[in-house]
Amino acid sequence: MSAATVYNFHGGIHPPENKAQSLRLPLGHPKLPEELILPLGQHIGQASRPLVAVGDKVLKGQTIAINNGFLSSFLHAPTSGTVKVIEERPIAHPSGLADVCIVITPDGADEWQELEPLRDWQKVSKTDLLAFLAEKGIVGMGGAGFPTQVKLQGAQKHNLSHLIINAAECEPYITADDMLMREKSLELILGIEIVQHLANAQQVMIGIEDNKPTAIAALEKVIRERQSNIQLVVVPTKYPSGGEKQLIKLLTDQEVPTGKLPADIGILCQNVGTCVAIYEAVQFGRPLISRFTTLTGDGFGAPQNVEVLLGTPVSHLLSYADANLSQVERIVMGGPMMGFTLDSLSAPIVKTSNCILAATRKELPLPEPEQACIRCGMCEQACPASLLPQQLLWFAKSQEHEKAEHYNLFDCIECGACSYVCPSSIPLVQYYRHTKAAIRDAREAAVKSDIAKQRFEARKARQEAEAAEKEAKRLERQKAAAAKPAAKKAAPTKVTEAPAASSAPVDEETKKLKVDLAIAKAKLKKLDKALQEAQERQAVEEISALQLQVDGATADIKEMEAKLPATAPVAKPKDAAPKVALSDEAKKAKVDVALASTKLKKIEKQLADDPDNAELRDKQSALQQELATAEARFAKLQPEQASSEAKPAAAKPVLSDDHKKAKVDVALASTKLKKVEKQLGEDPDNAELKAKQAEFQAALATAQAELAKFEAHAPVTAKPEAKATAPADDEALRKLKIDTAIAKAALKKAEKALAHAQEIGADNVDTLSQQVDEARGRAEALEQALTKGEVPPPAAAPKAEVNQLAEQIKQQKIAAALAKAQVNKLKKQLAQQPEAEDLQQQLSVAEAKQQEEEAKLEQLTNSQENR
Amino acid sequence: MLTVLSAVAILVVLALIFGAILGYANVRFHVEGDPIVDQIDALLPQTQCGQCGHPGCRPYAEAISNGDAINKCPPGGQATVQALADLLDVEAIPLDGGEAEEPKKKVAVIREDECIGCTKCIQACPVDAILGAAKQMHTVIADECTGCDLCVEPCPVSCIDMVEVGVTTRTWSWEKPNGVATQSLDIIATDRQTEVNA
Ligand code: SF4
Ligand code: SF4
Ligand code: SF4
Ligand code: SF4
Repeated sequence: MSAATVYNFHGGIHPPENKAQSLRLPLGHPKLPEELILPLGQHIGQASRPLVAVGDKVLKGQTIAINNGFLSSFLHAPTSGTVKVIEERPIAHPSGLADVCIVITPDGADEWQELEPLRDWQKVSKTDLLAFLAEKGIVGMGGAGFPTQVKLQGAQKHNLSHLIINAAECEPYITADDMLMREKSLELILGIEIVQHLANAQQVMIGIEDNKPTAIAALEKVIRERQSNIQLVVVPTKYPSGGEKQLIKLLTDQEVPTGKLPADIGILCQNVGTCVAIYEAVQFGRPLISRFTTLTGDGFGAPQNVEVLLGTPVSHLLSYADANLSQVERIVMGGPMMGFTLDSLSAPIVKTSNCILAATRKELPLPEPEQACIRCGMCEQACPASLLPQQLLWFAKSQEHEKAEHYNLFDCIECGACSYVCPSSIPLVQYYRHTKAAIRDAREAAVKSDIAKQRFEARKARQEAEAAEKEAKRLERQKAAAAKPAAKKAAPTKVTEAPAASSAPVDEETKKLKVDLAIAKAKLKKLDKALQEAQERQAVEEISALQLQVDGATADIKEMEAKLPATAPVAKPKDAAPKVALSDEAKKAKVDVALASTKLKKIEKQLADDPDNAELRDKQSALQQELATAEARFAKLQPEQASSEAKPAAAKPVLSDDHKKAKVDVALASTKLKKVEKQLGEDPDNAELKAKQAEFQAALATAQAELAKFEAHAPVTAKPEAKATAPADDEALRKLKIDTAIAKAALKKAEKALAHAQEIGADNVDTLSQQVDEARGRAEALEQALTKGEVPPPAAAPKAEVNQLAEQIKQQKIAAALAKAQVNKLKKQLAQQPEAEDLQQQLSVAEAKQQEEEAKLEQLTNSQENR
Repeated sequence: MLTVLSAVAILVVLALIFGAILGYANVRFHVEGDPIVDQIDALLPQTQCGQCGHPGCRPYAEAISNGDAINKCPPGGQATVQALADLLDVEAIPLDGGEAEEPKKKVAVIREDECIGCTKCIQACPVDAILGAAKQMHTVIADECTGCDLCVEPCPVSCIDMVEVGVTTRTWSWEKPNGVATQSLDIIATDRQTEVNA
């Protein structure tokens, strides 16, 4: 075995070793304490999850807590006994805080649970072996207690060049590893073999300081006996050669880059204690329940190393090793360089406790008061991490975290070498620890605030989406509502024409309407699509604009559809081409009505949710008024339509070709006749002429007869000679039909007005219902007449006119009633809130309107009476 | 004279060229959004508590960029004021309300058996940190709670408490040494055992 080259690392110090004291006595085995306190967080990562409950009986080696996530560990009962309590107890922590512990009262039997070793570890898969180690609660016993399986797992992903076993134990006073290597050298080597099996590194090295000759000899012997290829590298004593990065530098001359792990450069480090624990777990199935700990310092009467059960309180060990508490200045867990003062003596030994230092005042005097930095540069020379401690101190003091990070604060291993050499007694490490914690806190806070921001924004987005959906639904409802009134409005028109319906060939008018309808429908579809897109895009303004268009188009279509079936029969007599299409104005009025009623409905709904909202109320009344106006306007326009329907005869007769031809024939024949008669007057005896005259007379008669046939449909132009009496009946019948239709429409309208009045609670309900009755009576009478086929009295035509007038009057009555209702309503509201100025304004407007309507009504009634 | 003129001409030409380059760069590398608002927003604690008088941290960031005072964020404390002052290069002013103390981290805790399941707190929580449903018991997801207080007031049965988050061994951190001319018992690495050696 050739001696390996040993390199050097920067800095380092040579504090007094003080290792001899604890090696004078052999390994001690303290007896069971009264209770064992097992903190759930003995390792880095999440605290374990307890598996036992208070009062449970546990056996030695039984799992009492399992891992809680990836970076966590198992915990086992160090002896048999009862779970006394699970509570917060002071633990070995620099903060002196308490943490949750499982407390076990030993029963003294120390009865093992049946153990399941894994002797054929070479045959099982590495994953299984790692899981096995995890279940045995193995964590790194040298430093922070990093779960071993996690470390090995991470290392497996790399091609490892070196497996380094850290036996340096560089910190003064501590000899636990030294003792372990003396006592368990074979176990250590066997344990290293298991780790090597898992790590599969090219080279295995044990790094040991030259101040442990006994341990070195023992290991060499075992290595020779087993003909192992493990290299035992003896390094000179220098603090902190046991630092992971420093040992790597010593043995391989490689440096671990900032922010990287040793595994990243192909190196895995393991502590000797961990290797022994691994061996014992695999070979005997023994979980990690005890460890070697050094009891040292002048405060102890019998300083020594002990194999101690985890959870043993420090006080128990103090009395075991005859500590003279009166002399002890402070109890330190760990070494004098990296350890920390214990606040409570009841704190237990955990998996990472390698030393209890009971120091007298002489041994560990109070630190000198801190002085200002003199920039001597000694700290920089001592720093094993090649940092600039005085710079870091500066940044730490001024809280310039970014700069501190930039100067590789996180490479500091907190070895304390800088503090040790500082002539100004500056507690540099404490500054760094604080700054590191502050930076970590800030990072955590940043992560948290990021999450909070995300969640806040997600919530905002969700709320907006919900609002948009609601809006879309509302618009849909609005659309549906707008379509309904339009359909209702269109319905009467349809009915008006319906009675006249008879199977008739579809003429051009109908065709044209159909084409229009198709076009309108296509337009509506397009608009609908655009609307949907707009809704998806949530373009609110666009939506309302489109909505209006869609509503208009829908209303148009409804009209056309209503017209279509009606047109066919009415259009049959060509000269009676009906002007049923609503004028543009009427159309607009209709749409207005629909829109207003939709808006009103919406407001009313909102008002139902929030009855005290004055603003909504104002809006409501404004809308009601608007609706009333729109309805009145529409109603006014409606009679026009009715009259245009009622006057088909007045429509300019469009003469058909045949008709024209017949007329021309008649004219021609009569001219010829006249000529012949004239000639005959000059020459009365001319037989030829007489024959001609007779001939022409016959021709004229035929032509006239022909013409009369046509004239039957257009009696206005019919010549008296035609004597077309039969068609006159026809005419009357049709008029009757139309009258009936109008009456029906009027009835419908009256009914609607009544319903509306009832809805709004107007006080003219009685009048309206009377009107409805009247209208119904008339419609029935007319229908009866129609079915009887009675030839109507000669006054049919004027009567139709009278009917029209009556119709108009009725409409006017409705309008007046509506206006009156509006006024009443406003008055009521005003009574409730007398201050509302806009209400007063509205009222005056409404009153004016009412008067206007009533005046109109009077006028109409007068004209009727005059007739 | 000619030299002066040519110098002027050259400078004018250079100015035009650089102006063109700058103009192009302004269009080409135009940054969407307001970077300063983002930077301010990043410094705010994102508690979304509205104590600054704005509906959330970002609106306050926008307000600051428009000249609002930087000392209105109590959860951020003086540290945030300082950070904002550094970012905006203005004088750091004391926190509004004069709360010199560092803000204590708090979380909301619902006394669950008193909760009537009205869901009011859920509607108030800006970060959806409350779990529950109508007529069901509600609870706070402590990890997501920013401690903003907003859920406390709406609760009709006052069953929400703001509980200070205690320090545990996992959140504990070393205190900063007190500075020059002080001693600390906790510090041991500085102890040189000269007396022992002597
Ligand atoms: S404590 Fe940090 S800065 Fe000081 S010597 Fe050690 S590694 Fe260097
Ligand atoms: S050793 Fe101390 S006094 Fe000297 S430079 Fe470093 S911090 Fe300053
Ligand atoms: S749970 Fe309450 S205190 Fe916590 S973030 Fe939500 S509203 Fe704020
Ligand atoms: S507000 Fe109060 S009562 Fe209502 S669900 Fe929240 S905690 Fe329960």
